[in-house]
Amino acid sequence: MIEIENLSKSFTLHNQGGAVIPVMAGAHLHVGPGDCVALTGSSGAGKSTLMRMIYGNYRANAGRILVGETDVARAAPRDIIQLRRHTLGYVSQFLRVVPRVPTRDVVAEPLLILGTPREAALARAEALLARLNIPERLWSLSPTTFSGGEQQRVNIARGFAHAFPALLLDEPTASLDATNREVVLTLIEEAKARGAAIIGIFHDEAARARVCDREVDVTAFTPARAA
Amino acid sequence: MTPLLQVHDLAKFYGPRRGCEGVSFDLWPGEVMGIVGESGSGKSTLLSCLAGHLPPDRGEVIFDTRGQGPRDTLTMSEPERRMLMRTDWAFVHQHARDGLRMGVSAGGNVGERLMAVGARHYGHIREQAIDWLGRVEIAADRVDDKPQAFSGGMQQRLQIARNLVTGPRLVFMDEPTGGLDVSVQARLLDLLRGLVREMGLSAIIVTHDLAVVRLLADRLMVMKDGRVVEDGLTDQVLDDPQHGYTQLLVSSVLQV
Repeated sequence: MIEIENLSKSFTLHNQGGAVIPVMAGAHLHVGPGDCVALTGSSGAGKSTLMRMIYGNYRANAGRILVGETDVARAAPRDIIQLRRHTLGYVSQFLRVVPRVPTRDVVAEPLLILGTPREAALARAEALLARLNIPERLWSLSPTTFSGGEQQRVNIARGFAHAFPALLLDEPTASLDATNREVVLTLIEEAKARGAAIIGIFHDEAARARVCDREVDVTAFTPARAA
Repeated sequence: MTPLLQVHDLAKFYGPRRGCEGVSFDLWPGEVMGIVGESGSGKSTLLSCLAGHLPPDRGEVIFDTRGQGPRDTLTMSEPERRMLMRTDWAFVHQHARDGLRMGVSAGGNVGERLMAVGARHYGHIREQAIDWLGRVEIAADRVDDKPQAFSGGMQQRLQIARNLVTGPRLVFMDEPTGGLDVSVQARLLDLLRGLVREMGLSAIIVTHDLAVVRLLADRLMVMKDGRVVEDGLTDQVLDDPQHGYTQLLVSSVLQV
């Protein structure tokens, strides 16, 4: 489902003397349907960078990132937009929404974009919010004023609203209590069971051991820094 | 599938000075594209050329018309272009007073555009006007008030209702949230997102506000000195800018 070959990336800082900072070279990764792969490596090794490149958020300099039929490294914006709507979901660590939009609508939006009837989309959103223990009295409020943990759960609900065939999860269990952590891990297991290919960053080692089939240390893809 | 709008090598000069030059892009149905750049970068000139308000010196602006497929709007006859502007195209101005008739009631402002495309039945026009006022969150009891009596945010929502009532397929927007309070901006952004999604609209939005494009636009074009220096997916251009100017623009935004 997700196939990465010989991927490399550097940043060029035009306003800081044109400094070129290589951050990734020769990255390889293969994730099949129903597989969950954990990215590991110390802070700054490039876990989030790789995740962002798969999502098309960062540009690749060379190599291939196949998600389904689409090569994200080369695809036109509109193809990546379609890919993100239908195929590739991303649960980031931070919730980014239009202020004042009710939580229920924030979670239902990915389904509404796909043309799901409003009632069905809202029902699915409410079921996920209930499962993630977001109190019903908060559903009609904007999540921008929620606590960190609540915002993260809203983000997770949004990411799992549509049954994406491929999912990227950035620290999905960070800042969650034991009960909600369990709900999120179960959601991940259910996604795997229906055949989703998942790539995740988990600092929570027990969570990683439970849901991930393999670990890939991205340090292997970190270019040697020229002195 | 055919692009809704195909722009080839568009250029506009003011005497020897470049307004915009070498602009080419395709806009697909349902896509929202943002154009950003500082004052004088040529983004408003470009929008005016695209929307038929300003004749460019060179280039093509090909629109996929309902009846006859792709047509160059620059070589169309004037009546054909006017018809397009009343039906499939809409233009939301930064200042609502430029897009509204200030001496006409709110209902009249919305109904007028319907009448321009041939609606004649007073009851139906009024009904549709009230429906649209509701969609932009203006209470039905304000239908007979003139826009002068409205707040800035309400005027802007009224302008949007007036523009969208005929079910256009392409909307041009010039700083649609400029000059509004942040709280009013948020409501307007949510409204626009909902309308774009429900009506399957395509839109081209000129703004200098990077937060607005991040929330509203799928794609982004960055202009400097009349030329496009970078384009791509909105979040990719903002989070991994390739051009020095874009890097400067993104790093200059004050964090809240």
